[in-house]
This record gives sequence, C-alpha cells and structure tokens, in this order.
Amino acid sequence: MAEQAALLSIRGVAKSFGGVRAVHDISFEVHAGESVGLVGPNGAGKTTLFNCVCGQLRNEHGEIEFDGESLMGLPTFKRARLGIGRTYQKVEVFMGMTVREHLMVAERARRGESRLWRDLLNMSAPTPDECRRIDATLELVGIAHLADSSVNALGLGHCRLVELARALAAEPKILLADEPSSGLDHHESAEVATVLRTVQRERGTAVLLVEHDLGMVGEVVDRTVVMDLGAMLAQGTFDEVMANPAVRHAYLGRGAE
Amino acid sequence: MEQFLGYAFPGIPYGCSYAIVAVCLVLTYQATGVFNFAFGAQAFVAAFVFTLLTQNEHWSGFEAFLVSVLVLSPLMGVAFDRLLFRRIPNSNTTAKLVIGIGLLVGLPDLMTVIFGPQNLDATSTILPFFNPNVVYFTLAGTPINGIYLSTISVTVVVLIALTALLRFTNLGLQMRGAVESRRLVQLDGVNAEGVVLLAWIISSFMAGLAGVLLAPVYGQILSTNYATLEVAAIAAAAWGLLRSIPIATGVAVLIGIISTTVDGYLPTGGLLYSAVLPGLPFFALVGALLLRKGMQSLDSNRDPLATIDPPPPPVASGTRVPSMNRLVKPAWYGLVVFFFISMLTWMPKTWETVFNSGLALSTVLLSITLITGMAGQLSLCQGMLAGVGAFTAAQLSIHLGLNMLVGGLIGALLASAVAVILAVLSLRLRGLGLALMTLAAALLFDNTFFNAVSLTGGPAGLSLQAKWLGTAAFFNFNGHALFLLCFAVLTVCVVVVLLVRRGTVGRNLAAMRGSEMASAGLGINLTWQRIVVFALAGGIAGLGGLLVTIQNQVASPDAWNYNYSLIFVVLVVTTGVSTVEGAINAGIAFYVIEQLLTYLPSRFGGSSLVIVLFAFGTLQYAQHPEGVLEFQKRKGTQAFERRLFPQEFYALNPAEAPLGALPDLQAVTHG
Repeated sequence: MAEQAALLSIRGVAKSFGGVRAVHDISFEVHAGESVGLVGPNGAGKTTLFNCVCGQLRNEHGEIEFDGESLMGLPTFKRARLGIGRTYQKVEVFMGMTVREHLMVAERARRGESRLWRDLLNMSAPTPDECRRIDATLELVGIAHLADSSVNALGLGHCRLVELARALAAEPKILLADEPSSGLDHHESAEVATVLRTVQRERGTAVLLVEHDLGMVGEVVDRTVVMDLGAMLAQGTFDEVMANPAVRHAYLGRGAE
Repeated sequence: MEQFLGYAFPGIPYGCSYAIVAVCLVLTYQATGVFNFAFGAQAFVAAFVFTLLTQNEHWSGFEAFLVSVLVLSPLMGVAFDRLLFRRIPNSNTTAKLVIGIGLLVGLPDLMTVIFGPQNLDATSTILPFFNPNVVYFTLAGTPINGIYLSTISVTVVVLIALTALLRFTNLGLQMRGAVESRRLVQLDGVNAEGVVLLAWIISSFMAGLAGVLLAPVYGQILSTNYATLEVAAIAAAAWGLLRSIPIATGVAVLIGIISTTVDGYLPTGGLLYSAVLPGLPFFALVGALLLRKGMQSLDSNRDPLATIDPPPPPVASGTRVPSMNRLVKPAWYGLVVFFFISMLTWMPKTWETVFNSGLALSTVLLSITLITGMAGQLSLCQGMLAGVGAFTAAQLSIHLGLNMLVGGLIGALLASAVAVILAVLSLRLRGLGLALMTLAAALLFDNTFFNAVSLTGGPAGLSLQAKWLGTAAFFNFNGHALFLLCFAVLTVCVVVVLLVRRGTVGRNLAAMRGSEMASAGLGINLTWQRIVVFALAGGIAGLGGLLVTIQNQVASPDAWNYNYSLIFVVLVVTTGVSTVEGAINAGIAFYVIEQLLTYLPSRFGGSSLVIVLFAFGTLQYAQHPEGVLEFQKRKGTQAFERRLFPQEFYALNPAEAPLGALPDLQAVTHG
C-alpha cells in the first residue's frame, strides 16, 4: 500500500472561521481501495475537513490532491465528477423524488450529462444500461424494495441508505461518509457497515469514514486518523490509535490516561 | 458649498421617511423572521382610512388617528400573525414571501373594492405641534416646514425606541430568540407566540404611523407612492443586513440626500436625469444584494427543529390510483378537444376574447411554473421580461418593418438574455435575496427603459398596426386567427416545460430544490442549471408578452409594470405553481372571473376584485403550498377514488382505511 500513489492526499490543510481554528495543519493520505476512519470528539473539525475536500469550503492553507490532480480552485461539482462521493451528517435528500430518481440524478450528474436539447427532443429517458446499474446499486444497499417510494414517506434510517445509494450510484473512487450511522439503531448501523465493506471489497471504492460509533469504525476501516480541536492527534491501525493515551484523553478526559 | 447643502438638506426628510420604514422592516424581520413585503400596503391602508375619515367624513385628526393607527393597524398585525404567518413553518421562506406579496398586491385593491375609487389628498397632520403649512426656519436656503420637522422628529424617536427595545429589553432578547426558532424558545418556557404577536402589533402600528405621517409628503394617497418608498427602505434595510438599525437608518438618509443632490445638479430632461435619478433606490438595492455578503446567506435555515415540519404535500396527479388515471387522462384530452372545437364554432365573441386573453396570460404564467415551481427560485420580474419581448417585437416592426411574430421570437431571445444577465448577477442569492434582486430589476425597467417614450411610446404605449403582423386577421375577432396563435404558442410552451421537467434538467432542478449542497456534491453544475432555467423562463415570458400585446392591440408599459409581475406570481401560486395546469388555470380564471364580475355593480368590475380574490387565495399558501386548486383537485379526486376504486385507494392510503376494509386490503396489497 505504501508504494502505491495516494488517491487522496491532504497536506497541511487549514481552515478558520473568524477567530476559530476549525482545521489546522492536517496531513494524511488515502489510497485506492483503502478504508480510513476519521474520528474525534465533536468540534474536532472532521466535517469541515470533508467540506474542504469536496469544495464546499475553501481551505486557507495546504494542498489537497485527488488522483494526482490538485483540487485547489475546483468547484464542488467538478470535484464530484473526478470521483469524490459524499454523504452528509444531516441527511440531504431531495424531497418529492422517488428513491430511483435520486439515483438517476447521481448517475447522470457523474457524467456531467445535462443537455437541454436532449430533453427537448425527448431523448432523456433512462437507458437500459442506466436502469441496470441503478438496480444493482439499490440491491447492494438493500433498498431495492423502496425503489419507487417517495423519500417523503421514508424514515431517517431509510433516508440515510438512500443518501448512501445515491452517492454510490455516481460510482465514486472515494466515498466520504459523514456519520452514516447517526440516528440509526444498532441493526441499521450494522447494515450500513456491511454496505461500506462490500463497496470497498467489490467495487474497490476507497472509504473515508467519519463516525462516532467506534465499534463500526473498528469493523470497517483499515486505518484510523484521529482529530481533536482541529489538529491531527494520531494515526495508525484502529487498535493502535485507541491505545494512544492522547486519544483516550481527548475522548474520555484526563482520568482515562 | 452652500449650493450643495441647499440640494442636500431637502433630502433629509425624505431619507427620514425611508428610514422609518427601513427600521420597521428590520424590526419585523428580527422579531418574526418575516420580510414584510406588505409593509408599504399596510402604511397605505392606514393613510387611506385616515384621510378618508378626515376628508370625507370630517372627523378630527385625533379621532381618525385613533381609528386608523391605534386600532386598525395593530389589528392588521394581529390578523397577519394569527391567520397567516403563524401557520407557516419557520423554514418555508417562499411561503412567507409569497404571502407578503399577496398582501402587498391585495390590500390596496381591497380598499378600492370596499370604498370604491377615491381621490384623496392628505392635508391633515397628526402632529399638532408642527403645522405643515408653516415654515419654522430656513437652513442653507431650504425652508423647513412642519412636515419636515415632524418626519425628522418621529424618525429620531422611532430609532431610539426600537433600538432600545431590541437591544436592552428582555422582550427584545426573546424576539431575537423566537426568530431563530420559535419552537426552541418555547421549550425554554418563553411564550414565543405572544412575543411574535407583540412584534407584529408594534411593527403594524409603526406601519400605520409611517403611512399617516408621510401622507402629507406625497399629497395624493396612492399605493404606488408607498411602494416606491418601500423600495428605498428595502435597500437601506438590506445594507443593514436586516439586522442593524443604525446602518439601515444611515443608508436611508443617505439615499434621500443623494436623490435630492443628484436632482439638483443634473440638468432636467437629460438622459442621466431620466435614467439615473428614478433608478437610484434600485441601484442602492442591487448594490446591497451584490456587495453585502450577509444578504447571500440570509435565508439559511437555522431552526434546529425544522426537521419536524411535515414534507410538502404531493400534487393531485402524483397521488391518483391507476384506475383513476385511466379515467382522468382521456377526460382531460376530451375537454381540450371540446374547448378547441367550441372556440372555433359556437363560442360567443365576448367569451372568445376572454379565453384568448387567458391563453395569452397563461403563457406568461407558465414561465413562473418553470422558474418557481420547478427550480424553486422566486422571480418577481416575469412581467418585466414579458414586456421586453413585447416592446422588442413592436420596435422591430416599427424600425425594421419586421413581422411582429418574427420580432416576437427575437424579443423572446432578448428577454431570455436579460434573464440570463439577471441570473448571473444573482448567482449567489437565494430566497429573499433573489426575490429582491428580481424585484429591483422589474422596478429598474419600470423607471428607466419602460419610461422612455422612444422605446415604449410613454404612458399611452405603442398601438399595434395590422401591417406589423402582415395581416389584419389578428384584429378581427370574428375570425379565429388569434385563438389559433395563442393556442399553438401555449401548446408549444407547455410541451417544452413538460419535456424539461421529465428530462435530466428537470430532475436536476428538482434535486437543486431539495438540496443545493447535495446536488453540487453529486456533480450538478448549479450555475449552469440556474442560467438554463432563467433563460427558458425569460424566453417563455417574452413569447407570452407578445401574445398579450397582440390581444390588447397595444404595447403599453402599464401592462408590464412591477405590480403585474407581483400579481402574476400571486395568480400562479394561488392555483398551483408546481403544475402546468396551475398556470393555465390561473391565466384563464383571471379573465373568466373578471368577465363574470362585469355582471355585478360597477364598483366590483375591473380587475380590483379579481386581484383581491387571488391575493387572498394566496393566503391559503400557508396551509396548501401546492396551491388551492391543486389541493381541491386532490381532495376531489380522492373522494371519487374512495367511491369508485376503494380497494386501490385504501391500498395506496392505508391510514385512511376504515377498520372493516383491512382484511380486503391485505388481499390487495399482497395479491
């Protein structure tokens, strides 16, 4: 893994909001097909870092490269088309659309396909190939039975799975999953963990997982990066970082050391 | 220097009048989260009633003040809060804006409907210690009379009182909390409903006070005066990010001073005089929207309890059971064929004109379906874009001898280009910011291009000539050329909108409406989608403008002023902004109701009552964001389905199934 070129390379990234240093001098790499956990207490800067990678925030310092290409200055949609998929801490679904339509949007957006003339010539109907890929993703995530349901009628757990399926429908090279088990019960969290492992194993998709459920992180990731107060605290295997006194202090307080 | 001061000083009272309204806009927004578009209309109503009572009923100024400002205005505030804004989820910015617009459009016309057309001149003052007809002293050559003094003194008092209320009182603190999340402060034990109600009472009282106070400044009581006043106030409030009372006041006074100074220095009759001076408040507003970064994130929803709001209701066609669909679709096609044949055979001329007008207007309204219904962007300038299409076609006929129908296509392209420029300028704006930007554009065109006699023929407009169209057939109401033209253009536009909605662009727009962040994260180019939808909507509005102009046989700037842009939004939202039927229903219903009202006493004739009906229909938006007609259609369809296809209906809507139906239901759902 070490000799392989990094898929995502984050070097010295920093981001502040006014006087608050949300992310400070963060550096790590994610390789193709690798699964990396990004953990830390609330306010550690994990989601801010995700936003910097996706282009929803501009980092003030540092360099982010993806697949050998610098992401600096690229708008969010172009980064997505390079192969960066994302789910959100607060569920972001498209109200009024069916589950299948969610995936169709992602399928077309990935290829930058939005030609008005095709719509006006009624040439925008889903192709059999697109339908097949969408069905496969729905099967993978385990929500094929909900394909034609409107997301308005779905609960939080299913909406999280829809969000995950939508991100996977774009066939990303890396999936940034931001607290995918937030608000889910134990059984639903286990389902999400299974999907993430399958995606990594079968599709070769790299996963960068932000998660508070450390059990799930330990189950899914190959390597873990720990952040606290915007800075990087430790990185290594899950067991290594969990044994690190600084990490235990950050999570559990001084007495835990 | 003395000349400069002589020009600048008279601007202060005007600036103060803008400041009063600006400060009240800030108060309402800070305390209720509502950008009160109806503020100018509330001020107009108070001034109207005050002047009516003093002038026509010969009441004393004090009695009239008591009724119009101390009783009527706060009651309006109570009604707004209790009946309307309280029912809108905190997160639904569009609903709050649309209802404000409905009130802005409907209240002045309601006065006309209730009291009939009035010619009122405001001469009474509510401040007996400043006589409006007395010049108290002269400053840099400017006579300072009672109107100036009362305006300035009231502004100072209002400024101090409201700043103190918001900054230094517990009530102010609760108001600021309630605007973030009414539900959250309730959990802290605050009577949020009471706090917001009080804010509405105070701001409505202030609106009434401002209206009555400023009436003598304008002389005649006209709703348009209050609308212009409101634009300058909006600009000032926007510079203060709807938050800072001192900045809003400062900018308001500055706008007043710059206006009179520019007025003094610029040679009257020159191009700059006619173009720049009337446009000054709008430039100030555009400047605030583009340069004040806070305006771009004004509508970001901060209510942590927003997720408990129910999802928006579906449209009728989305909830029909398959068997009902098989009945409804042929019925619709049959109705269209019946209408088409009727128009070509037995339809009386009066009603043919009514339906032609309706079809032409429907085309303009369809542009709102596209931009607001599909893309979720509130544009308040579709009437202006229709006017661009109409005047371009007329000018091309006059100067190049081009057939007006061909010119109309070029006009539609130009309207499209104007819409694209607007889209590019407002790329970073959402919700309220975009609504204000488009409103500013509409007002700017009203006061500049549409005012230019060389472009629009002035108030009389440009009368169409048969040769411009290459045939007199469109002027002959015994023929059906105009109907065929309107029907064909509308059909093409409907097909375009439906194809776009079904296609990739439509899906992307729906995704953007749901979550811009997630859409961009999937690879959707939001900028491009926005430009595309603005361009399409602009083009369709331009074509609609051409049809309406041919129907009216005159291209008149009055037909495309900003007020109509607002009315158009009100019409479509009332019937249903998310479907093409909504636009067609609105366009036809407007003229059908207007025609039906001609059978009532003359006071109810014309468009006033129609506008009032639609405006108050808009108020239903709080309960039925899918549109009143859409809601009734869904209800009616479901009533039919319960009777005709109960098993299918209850299978789709198990929550509504009676207990006895449950065993059968299981058979349907699993069989």
